[in-house]
Amino acid sequence: MDFQLTEDQRALQRATRELLAKRFGPDRLRAAVGDPAPDRALWRELGAAGFFALRLPEEAGGVGLGLPEAVLVLEETGRALLPGPLVACQLLAGVVDGVASGEKIVGLCEGGREPVLWEHPAACEELILVESGTECRDGPGEGAQGRTCGVYRSAAEQVSCAPFASVDPLTPLARVTELPRTEALALDVPRLRREAALLTAAQQLGSAARTVELAVTHAGRREQFGAPVGSFQAVKHLCAQMLVRAEMARYAVYAASVTDGDLDVTGAKLLADEAAVRNARDCVQVHGGMGFTWEADVHLHLKRAWLRAECWGVAGEAEELLAADLIV
Amino acid sequence: MDLTCTEEEDAFRARLRRWLGEVLPTLPAKPAVADWPGRRAYDAAWQRMLYDAGYAGLHWPEDAGGQGATPTQHLIFLEETERAGAPYVGANFVGLLHAGPTVATEGTAAQRARWLPPILRGDEIWCQGFSEPDAGSDLAALRTTAVRDGDHYVISGTKLWTSHAEVADWCELLVRTDPDAPRHRGISWLAMPMDAPGVTVRPLRTLAGSAEFAELFLDEVRVPVSHRVGAENDGWRVTMVTLSFERGTAFVGEVVACRRMLGALARTARDNGRWDDAVLRRRLGRLHAEFAALWRLTQWNVSEAAAAARPRGGRPGGGGVPGTGGSVFKLRYSHARQELYDTAAEVLGAGALDADHEWVAGRLSSLSYTIAAGTSQIQRNIVAERILGLPKGR
Ligand SMILES: Cc1cc2nc3c(=O)[nH]c(=O)nc-3n(C[C@H](O)[C@H](O)[C@H](O)COP(=O)(O)OP(=O)(O)OC[C@H]3O[C@@H](n4cnc5c(N)ncnc54)[C@H](O)[C@@H]3O)c2cc1C
Repeated sequence: MDFQLTEDQRALQRATRELLAKRFGPDRLRAAVGDPAPDRALWRELGAAGFFALRLPEEAGGVGLGLPEAVLVLEETGRALLPGPLVACQLLAGVVDGVASGEKIVGLCEGGREPVLWEHPAACEELILVESGTECRDGPGEGAQGRTCGVYRSAAEQVSCAPFASVDPLTPLARVTELPRTEALALDVPRLRREAALLTAAQQLGSAARTVELAVTHAGRREQFGAPVGSFQAVKHLCAQMLVRAEMARYAVYAASVTDGDLDVTGAKLLADEAAVRNARDCVQVHGGMGFTWEADVHLHLKRAWLRAECWGVAGEAEELLAADLIV
Repeated sequence: MDLTCTEEEDAFRARLRRWLGEVLPTLPAKPAVADWPGRRAYDAAWQRMLYDAGYAGLHWPEDAGGQGATPTQHLIFLEETERAGAPYVGANFVGLLHAGPTVATEGTAAQRARWLPPILRGDEIWCQGFSEPDAGSDLAALRTTAVRDGDHYVISGTKLWTSHAEVADWCELLVRTDPDAPRHRGISWLAMPMDAPGVTVRPLRTLAGSAEFAELFLDEVRVPVSHRVGAENDGWRVTMVTLSFERGTAFVGEVVACRRMLGALARTARDNGRWDDAVLRRRLGRLHAEFAALWRLTQWNVSEAAAAARPRGGRPGGGGVPGTGGSVFKLRYSHARQELYDTAAEVLGAGALDADHEWVAGRLSSLSYTIAAGTSQIQRNIVAERILGLPKGR
């Protein structure tokens, strides 16, 4: 057992962080608040860097890496608050032409949830629907027992939507009212869901770790009563709790990426959601009045964290699944 | 990142499992909670069995009498013994989990030879004489004095909350050897025999009703200078080594125990109908994730310690001193454990008021987890100042 990042994994983490810092720094982030459409040039650059093709075999033009590496990379996008259907494109590279290279952007939505939401509707060429058990039709998949049973693609212009004002200014959402299923995709649905949950958790982890840094930096700089506010225990303890949450989420997420087990992923998502949401809240608190302004980036972390917590398994479901496992 | 075990590790696990399967049924019945001498004898006998089978001080370096096993093997050992329901380290806690490792790391060859084998055999029990009436969280405020008289220290003072003091043979004792030095500088770390003249032990009753710790009155107790571990007045540094062992690795096995208890609790809830309460069920589910993550955190910390020991050419299998990551673990673990017992109380309903119920003793003693070995507030200070680098408060 060597549950540590390998040298290659560290290098991948570093390279991703550097690329994102260069191409999606604070100024780009603020610009994206006004115009959240994914930056196509950046998307292609990510594609060229192998970001989406990470897990495709080398014969298929991919990088031939695995889930742990995908998790590390998605964690970095969570840190940077990079907008766009990153999880969808990561999962559908090699399935839908053009996604691996970053030429094409696809969305992925969960059927059966209410409302059915679509991330970045204006930017996607296609929308892929993951059906849930009750709405299963004929087609590939398990049917009866499984929670989901089919994946269908649909051209973006054929999807009917109702307006939906997204709480996250960086993630426009549409409420899907009708989705013609044009072509079934032969995908392993439970696996798709599991990986979507894990990669989303990885982004939550990145965000949770980032808000610890933002809080600590602010607390070290901002002075009140003649001292940095970070020297006050009430503030210090908030920061310590933030780190503990992020660390718990980190190892749960990393371990799940190695075991790829259903319950491991479920637990990791639960803890990562909690870490991202609560850390963002505490980070706002540490920033004081500044934290409540639109100018501080903290609210962007909180809003994205709320959104991700609603995707691919919410807390209540996760807790029920984990509870059920205790008595089997 | 790799969580799979090597063939060697799997073989080690299989061997251990087989051995546990053979010996555990031969153990005598557990003594009553209040029967301290009985508990000592029981814990010592178990330690002796481990020793005879080659499992004592598994991850200690070989020159300290250990087996020089890898940290991963140690983790497997904790996992398997706990899973099999083997006895808990109990009265051997201080000796095996922090005094011993401190002597192994900081002691001279003679000190290692004198103190470590009896700890490993279960022959000698240690206690920890750090806290004092006016020095708990602020340990550097300790006042117990040690005055040099030839090749002895003459020690006077009072220690408090000394766990296992009643049955201990040795005490890892912090004393002030230089009253004029700045508070952190004048401290030394000594091994004091508990039967030395001038040592009086007065048991203290805990809120759990048991008498597992005591007050220690030291009246001109003479301890040879050769019993000092580390240099004179360098005891604060040695203490940090002890505390990092105490916070770093000492609670690891318990996480496995908690996972087992959680499963038992869920089945109890199913049987008594409380399972139908979705709020309660969800709390159980969350705890499941919590303890699983604590185990992953442990695996990470252990792998990290193993990796840190490798390039530095440290003692083979010696582990090395655990870092501040122990504070992160202790913080979350101590609260999760209390949450587990509170949830158990909800499952048990009025049964949780029955002092004879096995969960009740656990619930009561879990109150100490956020206090002993450094309170949660102190751990948060450590995390904030030493890991996050926030400014020290005044
Ligand atoms: C079951 C049990 C077993 C123990 N066994 C041993 C043993 O074997 N050997 C031994 O030496 N000691 C032992 N102790 C003592 C233990 O280490 C101390 O109780 C502990 O370190 C806290 O010190 P204190 O009791 O003096 O509390 P205090 O320091 O008086 O703390 C009181 C309260 O103030 C808070 N506080 C104190 N300082 C700060 C600060 N700087 N910032 C924020 N909050 C602060 C604390 O968190 C706590 O809530 C044991 C304690 C228990 C409960």
